[in-house]
Amino acid sequence: MSNDPGGMGAGGDVGDAHLSLSADAGEPMAEKYLPGAGLAEPVMVDVTEVRPELADSALVDAIVAADRTVRTEVGEPLLRMEDVSVVFGGLTALDSVSFDIRRGEILGLIGPNGAGKTTAFNAMTGVYRPTKGLVRFDGQVLGKAKRNQITRLGIARTFQNIRLFNEMTALENVVVGTDARHRTSVPGALLRTRRHRQEERDAIDRSMAILEFVGVGARATEKARNLSYGEQRRLEIARALATEPKLLCLDEPAAGFNPAEKEALMDLIRHIRDDGYTVLLIEHDMRLVRGVTDRIVVLEFGKVIAEGTPEDVTSDPKVIAAYLGVPDEELPEGDADAPA
Amino acid sequence: MSTSTPAENDGTTQPVRPRPELPPAGQTPVAQRPHGGLGDRFRLWWDALARPAQWGVGVPFILFVALLPILNIPVLTTVGTNFGAVMAQFGMYALIAIGLNVVVGQAGLLDLGYVGFYAIGAYTLAILTSPDSPWNVTQPEGWLSDDWAWLAILPVAVAITAMSGLVLGSPTLRLRGDYLAIVTLGFGEIVRLLADNLDEITGGGQGLKSVAYPRLGVTEELPNGVFSAGNVGTTLNSGVWWFWLSLVFIIISLMLVGNLERSRVGRAWVAIREDEDAAEIMGVPTFRFKLWAFVIGASIGGVSGAIYAGQVQFVIPTNFNIINSVLFLCAVVLGGQGNKLGVILGAFIIVYLPNFFLGRTSLFGIPIDGNEIANYKYLFFGVALMVLMIFRPQGLIPVRQKLLTYGRELYVAARRTLAKMPDGGPQAAYATAAPASGTGSGTDGPAGNGAGERDETTDGGNR
Amino acid sequence: MLVHGVLAADPLIGFDLAALGRNFWALTVDGLTYGAVYALVAVGYTLVYGVLRLINFAHSEIFMLGMFGQYATLLALGFYPSGDAFDKGILLTVLYLGIAMIGGMVVAGGAAVGLERVAYRPLRKRGAPSLVFLITAIGASFVIQEFVHFVLPALTGGELGGVNAEQPIRLVEPEVQFTLFGANVTNVTLIIIFSALILALATDMFINRTKFGRGIRAVAQDPVTATLMGVSRERIIMLTFLIGGVLAGAAALLYTLRVPNGIIYSGGFILGIKAFSAAVLGGIGNLRGALLGGLLLGVMENYGQVVFGTEWRDVVAFVLLIVVLMFRPTGILGESLGRARA
Repeated sequence: MSNDPGGMGAGGDVGDAHLSLSADAGEPMAEKYLPGAGLAEPVMVDVTEVRPELADSALVDAIVAADRTVRTEVGEPLLRMEDVSVVFGGLTALDSVSFDIRRGEILGLIGPNGAGKTTAFNAMTGVYRPTKGLVRFDGQVLGKAKRNQITRLGIARTFQNIRLFNEMTALENVVVGTDARHRTSVPGALLRTRRHRQEERDAIDRSMAILEFVGVGARATEKARNLSYGEQRRLEIARALATEPKLLCLDEPAAGFNPAEKEALMDLIRHIRDDGYTVLLIEHDMRLVRGVTDRIVVLEFGKVIAEGTPEDVTSDPKVIAAYLGVPDEELPEGDADAPA
Repeated sequence: MSTSTPAENDGTTQPVRPRPELPPAGQTPVAQRPHGGLGDRFRLWWDALARPAQWGVGVPFILFVALLPILNIPVLTTVGTNFGAVMAQFGMYALIAIGLNVVVGQAGLLDLGYVGFYAIGAYTLAILTSPDSPWNVTQPEGWLSDDWAWLAILPVAVAITAMSGLVLGSPTLRLRGDYLAIVTLGFGEIVRLLADNLDEITGGGQGLKSVAYPRLGVTEELPNGVFSAGNVGTTLNSGVWWFWLSLVFIIISLMLVGNLERSRVGRAWVAIREDEDAAEIMGVPTFRFKLWAFVIGASIGGVSGAIYAGQVQFVIPTNFNIINSVLFLCAVVLGGQGNKLGVILGAFIIVYLPNFFLGRTSLFGIPIDGNEIANYKYLFFGVALMVLMIFRPQGLIPVRQKLLTYGRELYVAARRTLAKMPDGGPQAAYATAAPASGTGSGTDGPAGNGAGERDETTDGGNR
Repeated sequence: MLVHGVLAADPLIGFDLAALGRNFWALTVDGLTYGAVYALVAVGYTLVYGVLRLINFAHSEIFMLGMFGQYATLLALGFYPSGDAFDKGILLTVLYLGIAMIGGMVVAGGAAVGLERVAYRPLRKRGAPSLVFLITAIGASFVIQEFVHFVLPALTGGELGGVNAEQPIRLVEPEVQFTLFGANVTNVTLIIIFSALILALATDMFINRTKFGRGIRAVAQDPVTATLMGVSRERIIMLTFLIGGVLAGAAALLYTLRVPNGIIYSGGFILGIKAFSAAVLGGIGNLRGALLGGLLLGVMENYGQVVFGTEWRDVVAFVLLIVVLMFRPTGILGESLGRARA
């Protein structure tokens, strides 16, 4: 037994030993990263070991910061849903929905199950074409743009059910995101032109910074599928940030999180906003939404039933009615806006 | 803080957090475990070497491979056929495997009509240089003379094959993956039927003879040069020369494909293979990159076809049967999809094994009917495919992609940590790496101690 | 058969529309006989695809085994290859044909189920990706072909299998029974079309009217829910392979009536691709689509070979497949076995 090379052997059996081990070794990191970061699998190497300068969080912020030229002024509508309807067969999933996302804010899009949140989301990101109405983004109509073009126009998203590239490392996942901004393609890569090499180098530097920013820098060389659930969620955000979005859309990023993890996620989302990004947050959990968003849009049966500040919206009787029966057990515990 | 403290670590109380989705115990094949198999040991060693050292190992190895057909090592050499000819065939198959690997292994597109590209490469060369063909462009003098025609037409052959990749790819790559397999299969068959039916140009079932080849090294004994099919019986027979020529092309394509693999192109391919929709949404123009994979794969197949046509100086439709496509696929799958060196090994096995048995009457003193065994090759390869898919779908040498050109330092650092582990187990790696990341530097002193202690903890936990 | 039209401007590929006009009905009738065979084989592809989302690449080899199965049955019944047709009267002929067909069905059905168990089930248990299934199917296809190529002759003392096609056993001599719009209709044609029709109807009834058929449709539509509702997915999968195999076995007999010297180890390959094309043509996963697609493909191919020349027959079929996939990837009747009844 004693000589059994644990790591080579069966995964699950060793798993428990694993957990105990990571828990105590991970103690010093827990502050810096998310709570219990080292839970799942071994940390191989840290980004900061290779790039010591990334230990400076101000520098990381500066590298990650949204610096692309956004035509829209801060506070002006960056994305406008103008009378958007989406109809599937006979089912109207979205019914003349109009709302704005203003540059620099965190907008919460909430609603009970089946209210059309994800449909609205998909209409913005080009997965569905609106049956009627327009989506205007940074002064441009997202008419027939393909999905990959929309990403390059500046809308990035995460997925409700995590969809990472599992066989790639965390770092490679993020670099795929940065590729959306690359200008060189096959010829450049084939001949390794100077410009291409420069782009590759920049992509990796930026990706490392983003990994550090979202708090999974320590897992950079680990395959995505080996990351813990919470790390995978963060990695998805990192990958989306890497596309240099003007608007970052998060689809239920806290699904499956415990309160402590939600807390940490809220911090991250605020941090992203403070770094200059505009964020759209689709979320089920009222407490999270209330704690982090600047404004909230409430959908029900494919229609906007309320819009305004978190305080206004949560006291709106229509919203309360819509949410009646939605489990709210997390509400009593802790304040809505927990400070970092 | 929700993390468990050491006190709770008796294995009974465990965390509230959803566990990451790891495969159940014992079901992860060795090669899929992080850094498990022999290949990983090798990679570890290789990556730890400095660049000059890598050259120092790589160049002699390539030289050794190049000299294989001359060295005539008794166990390796073939009895029934000339070893040089076998190696020449291996060279062509290796090229094909590299090309097909881009399509199947990297981008995850199952192309069953790859033989079509091989055929187009061969036939382009043949049609443009064979005196039997109405479109023969060879001339008595200059670049298109017999001496140089092969080399001059080669780029044309590659260009036309690449174009055919584009033509096949643009309508079909929007299809679902499994449809693609059948459509490409149909394409491969159409190419063969075209070769068979367009008699006026392709010579139909008679084929085209006297295809051009590089006429180099002309001597008294070899009036047609070393590459001519007449160069047999010597140590440096034409097979050896063609093998060397293929080797040049193999190295060139390995370098070019490697460049692509470690760039946004390779990442796009793997992303497409993993989750096409997610890739598209992350800004990867999936269709364009799939098309590139097709075109690049096709071009490499075209090179191989042109080499084939030059070597045998004769093309005939039956040599481009669809069964070859499956054999090519077998090489890729056997070697390890996505792994460039793996698929070359796969190609070697596919070519070498049947030839090894050919003409052999005994093996290690046991009498065998080698010819019979060689005859059964498709049966064996079929069984190999099925068994492999069940027990080792990742192939003999599974891929460990390197998708970054400049991330090397990070990965080297990671592997350095790994190499320091006392028993190679990843847990130990955690122990070394974690304190390092906590302090930001100083991997050596305290970490080393730490590793020892953790080891004991691990053992305790296991008991 | 007419080859290379005189009017053609391009000497490489003939183009003779007039020939099509002259022989339209004859070509249609003959095309239907081929089409009937394609249709029956296509059902196997379509059912398996509907239930497993898998192109059972080795189905063509199941068909090929069916040909050998019926041939072996005839040998066992005391028939032997000879140049002349056996004239045993209508009733006995039909009886022998029926027994031979059952022989083909048993062999092909058994092989299909065996294939599922040996090759696909282990992969399903491991949750392999579809590429792995496809590669396995290709491997299986190889193995079956080579089995017939090399192993079967060794097992049967050279009676069956091997490099060459089997000498045909001719139970039915093609005789013109009547003419339809100037097209000769032979007894062989009648046997093929009527048998195929009966089998198709029976299959359709089975899928749409019986409990098992409901199970198949349920699994095709939503495997998870179907399993929760108490449908045994594994049983349904086995049943699906069995039906596909049995129909391929039946088709094998019919095919050998039309193409007596097609019984060879490599004889299933092209036919398999065409049958698959037929399934796609009609909308893969759709039972009636497969039947319709088969007939359509058989007829179109026959037209094509007269217009362009016989040597282009296979090309016509493949090009048709590509064109259909390009412009209507869901086929004529649309996909989905679950909604087959609609």
